[in-house]
Amino acid sequence: MAADPLFTITDLAKVYHMGEVEVHALKQVSLRLDEGQFVVLLGPSGSGKSTLLNIIGGLDVPTSGEVRYRDMILTRADEAELTAYRRRHVGFVFQFYNLIPSLTAVENVALVTDISETPMHPDDALRLVNLGERQNHFPAQLSGGEQQRVAIARAIAKRPSVLLCDEPTGALDISTGIVVLEALARVNSEMGTTTVVITHNAAIAAMADRVIRLGDGRVTSVEDRTEAKLSPRDLTW
Amino acid sequence: MKIAPLDRKLLRDLLAMKGQALAIAMVVAAGVAMYVMYLSTFDSLYRTRDAYYEQQRFGDVFASLKRAPQRVADQIAAIPDVSAVETRVVSNVTLDLDGLDEPASGRLVSVPADRRPRVDDLFLRRGRWIERGRSDEVMASEGFMVANKLELGARVPAVLNGRLRRLIIVGVALSPEFVYSIRPGELVPDDKRFAIFWMDEQAVAAAFDMEGGFNDVVLKIAPGASIDEVIARVDHILEPYGGFGAIPRALQLSHWTVQNELSQLQTFGFMLPLVFMTVAAFILNVALTRALALQRPQIAALKALGYDNASIGWHYLKWALAIGLAGVVIGVVLGMMMGHMIIGVYNTFFRFPVLLFSVPMGVVGGATVMTGVAATAGAFTAVRRAVSLPPAEAMRPEVPARYRQSLFETPFVSRNLGTAGRMVLRNVTRHPLRAAASVFGIAFAVSILMIGFVFNDAIDRLMLTQFWDAERQDVTVNFIEPRDESVRYALERLPGVVAVEPQRTVAARIRSGFRDRYLSVTGVPPNPRFKRIVDRDGREIRMPPSGVVLSLTLANVLRVRPGDDIDLEVLEGQRPTRRVQVTGLVDDIMGLSAYMDLTALHQMMREGEVANGALLLIDHAQEAQLASKLKTTPAVAGAGFKRAVLQSFRDVMAANMSVSIVINLIFAGIIAFGVVYNAARVSLSERSRELASLRVLGFTRAEISLILMGELALLTLVALPVGGVFGYSLSAAIVGMIDSEVYRFPLYVSRQAVALSFLGIIAAAIFSGLVVRRQLDHLDLVAVLKIRE
Repeated sequence: MAADPLFTITDLAKVYHMGEVEVHALKQVSLRLDEGQFVVLLGPSGSGKSTLLNIIGGLDVPTSGEVRYRDMILTRADEAELTAYRRRHVGFVFQFYNLIPSLTAVENVALVTDISETPMHPDDALRLVNLGERQNHFPAQLSGGEQQRVAIARAIAKRPSVLLCDEPTGALDISTGIVVLEALARVNSEMGTTTVVITHNAAIAAMADRVIRLGDGRVTSVEDRTEAKLSPRDLTW
Repeated sequence: MKIAPLDRKLLRDLLAMKGQALAIAMVVAAGVAMYVMYLSTFDSLYRTRDAYYEQQRFGDVFASLKRAPQRVADQIAAIPDVSAVETRVVSNVTLDLDGLDEPASGRLVSVPADRRPRVDDLFLRRGRWIERGRSDEVMASEGFMVANKLELGARVPAVLNGRLRRLIIVGVALSPEFVYSIRPGELVPDDKRFAIFWMDEQAVAAAFDMEGGFNDVVLKIAPGASIDEVIARVDHILEPYGGFGAIPRALQLSHWTVQNELSQLQTFGFMLPLVFMTVAAFILNVALTRALALQRPQIAALKALGYDNASIGWHYLKWALAIGLAGVVIGVVLGMMMGHMIIGVYNTFFRFPVLLFSVPMGVVGGATVMTGVAATAGAFTAVRRAVSLPPAEAMRPEVPARYRQSLFETPFVSRNLGTAGRMVLRNVTRHPLRAAASVFGIAFAVSILMIGFVFNDAIDRLMLTQFWDAERQDVTVNFIEPRDESVRYALERLPGVVAVEPQRTVAARIRSGFRDRYLSVTGVPPNPRFKRIVDRDGREIRMPPSGVVLSLTLANVLRVRPGDDIDLEVLEGQRPTRRVQVTGLVDDIMGLSAYMDLTALHQMMREGEVANGALLLIDHAQEAQLASKLKTTPAVAGAGFKRAVLQSFRDVMAANMSVSIVINLIFAGIIAFGVVYNAARVSLSERSRELASLRVLGFTRAEISLILMGELALLTLVALPVGGVFGYSLSAAIVGMIDSEVYRFPLYVSRQAVALSFLGIIAAAIFSGLVVRRQLDHLDLVAVLKIRE
């Protein structure tokens, strides 16, 4: 049975102006993301992956095209509506964690639970990523992998519909990266959260339901994997 | 109490930048301290004064006259709206005090023995009221008793109407009429040489041939009544009895002085804090802009998490408000301490039964609101810019700084400027607004310091102009009654007298339309040797042969200019009234003066060559003998010795000025340190990566210090002349505000004042540079180079 579409993206384009330079980050991108899927966005540096993720997440607005989230047309939403959308429905995980350095792990998670309607308890979110005993440490006292797991706990504590991860293992070594991917896989399977992971590491595609490849701002292929998803422990790169 | 995560972040972030936060808080504290000090002192003085006046039934109208019979008092009481009348006999007396060479003087005021005065009641501090019929008992003013270390029962020899008496002091009293008591012609109260004595009315009347009569009257009028109407009626009733013109409370000298002080407190209480708050807002803006630039990734994270612009904006606004709050707390405590000091100074020359200092909650509230506004103003643009960044852009690193060759890099400059110099110049010109803000902040500090030194110089200058250029005599003698000018020969024979210049002054009312003033018109001889007409810069004005020369301030009050006519109503002798032309103006330093050619004055008075005073040049070696002789000369009503006046003035002013200069130095230092330190910290924060890179390349600590400190030195050097201009303008503005009918300060900015101000600020800047340099020395090269751009 086909899952319900969570995101429907039609003819999306984005042009950046960085100083005197014009960058065409996305060119006529159309695709669909379904509920509960684990999606991997693959592509080399500069292919438009982060741009696409930011637009889906309501952090950026396209130059043209449409993005639908369930019944909501994101691309027509104003600043306040986008903020509300992010607050209720979206969890973000970034390559460099973006934790608040002056808050402990549990306080970073509480940042989100304080403004959510039906949050998890911060302790529960941290336990889900196996960090229950480090909750009173500041980011500077945690390893890269631990910091990333705090970021995941922070992202899921609000029980979002979608978890958007921009190169979550990019700054980590292999074994730490696997631990982080395990946390993401657990969130996807236990909570049913649609998970989108951006990476340039093709090996991670083996744990996905759908693999979307981007190149030079366009979708070059969309593959719905039929073989069984690998667990992160079984990935090799 | 559960603290929200964002508030925890706020507290910890503030701790991380505690140096900068404290520097800004201190500038705020300085402004708040001034606000609290001035306005609380204002409130304390205001309420004390009002309560004192109410309790002692201070008069609303005051009139003096030659002599009227007591029944005239009933006529005055019958004027509509007059609620109480008290008649008195008032006169000046000369005192012969042990331990004082020169004669002291006193004001003798009669009081009833069997009841309290209906108007202007006394506050009896110690001892008892005078007894009826005792012609030797007096109550004395507290200031005089304290200054001369006298106790109850002390005996003071005094000359009353030419007769020597030994007066016994039976009580120590205060009067609302003499909260501030000063002898005419002097600048500050001299409690040692000036007393107020209150004596049984019958005894005073007998001493001055005033039985059944009075020569002074004070009234209270009903609330809401028209003072001018009452005054007009009183003048009408007293005119046949030689009335000198009634004055309202507003013009009574003691009240006027206190009122003037209150106005100045209010003015300074708003103006000076405004300067400090403006500077605080500037440096807060610079500091916060940089801090928020560093917080870009965190702002992006918060936006990604779903925090809206309002919450994020409020979070960062709280940074500014928290720093402001710290400043308020420190400032209120400082202000309270300073206010106590000021009230202590006031208690030496304002005589109230009790003058206590308190800080009303309204003042603290006002300081808090003022700080909140300044903090918000300072934070607003920084917060708005940071928060309105689209989230995706906030996640990207800042666009790298665009450097270019600055306009100042002419070929000559480029050739001679080293690498360090080039880096310094380009960094300063990259942020022209920020550099301008730092320059203005330091310039304000310079101006505050300069104001302190300029006023010190101004007071010295005032003394010089008044006592060396305008009045060159050593002694001023006043006679009880006008004498023939040949009295000069008798004076020349007194011990130590080298030269004598007779003086003639007449009490008069000067009027133009409905504007008038009561003052003395001074007759000026053709080539005055001692008392000359001198403007505030010390230049002599020659007296024209006809007409009258007025103080510029007086002319402004009367709205007249040279060529206009004024009415001169003489209040003594035959009381002639003349219409005279204003033939000149003098922008002088003290009082309201009117001058006429001496011969023309004699003609107007229809008198011969008469003098009511004399100016003496003396041999100082014989000053003590002369003083002793003058004390016991019956015809002499009083004698003022310039040396004593100057000494008294110096004693009072020296203490006040040095306290004031120290306060100025501290506050200016706080501003200079705050501005330079923040500029340095911001610069260090922006450039730690490049400075660390230079260290990795092999540059020494001293060499990279030069780059950072060079920027601060450039800003400070540019700020000095700007500060000089600010200081001059602010001084001119304050001098203009202080200008009053009593004194006008000369605006004189000495090279010394400018040099000391510059040196003070350079010292503060060097100190804050050294503090930052220590942080530069501890730059963690590895950590800084690892930070993701």
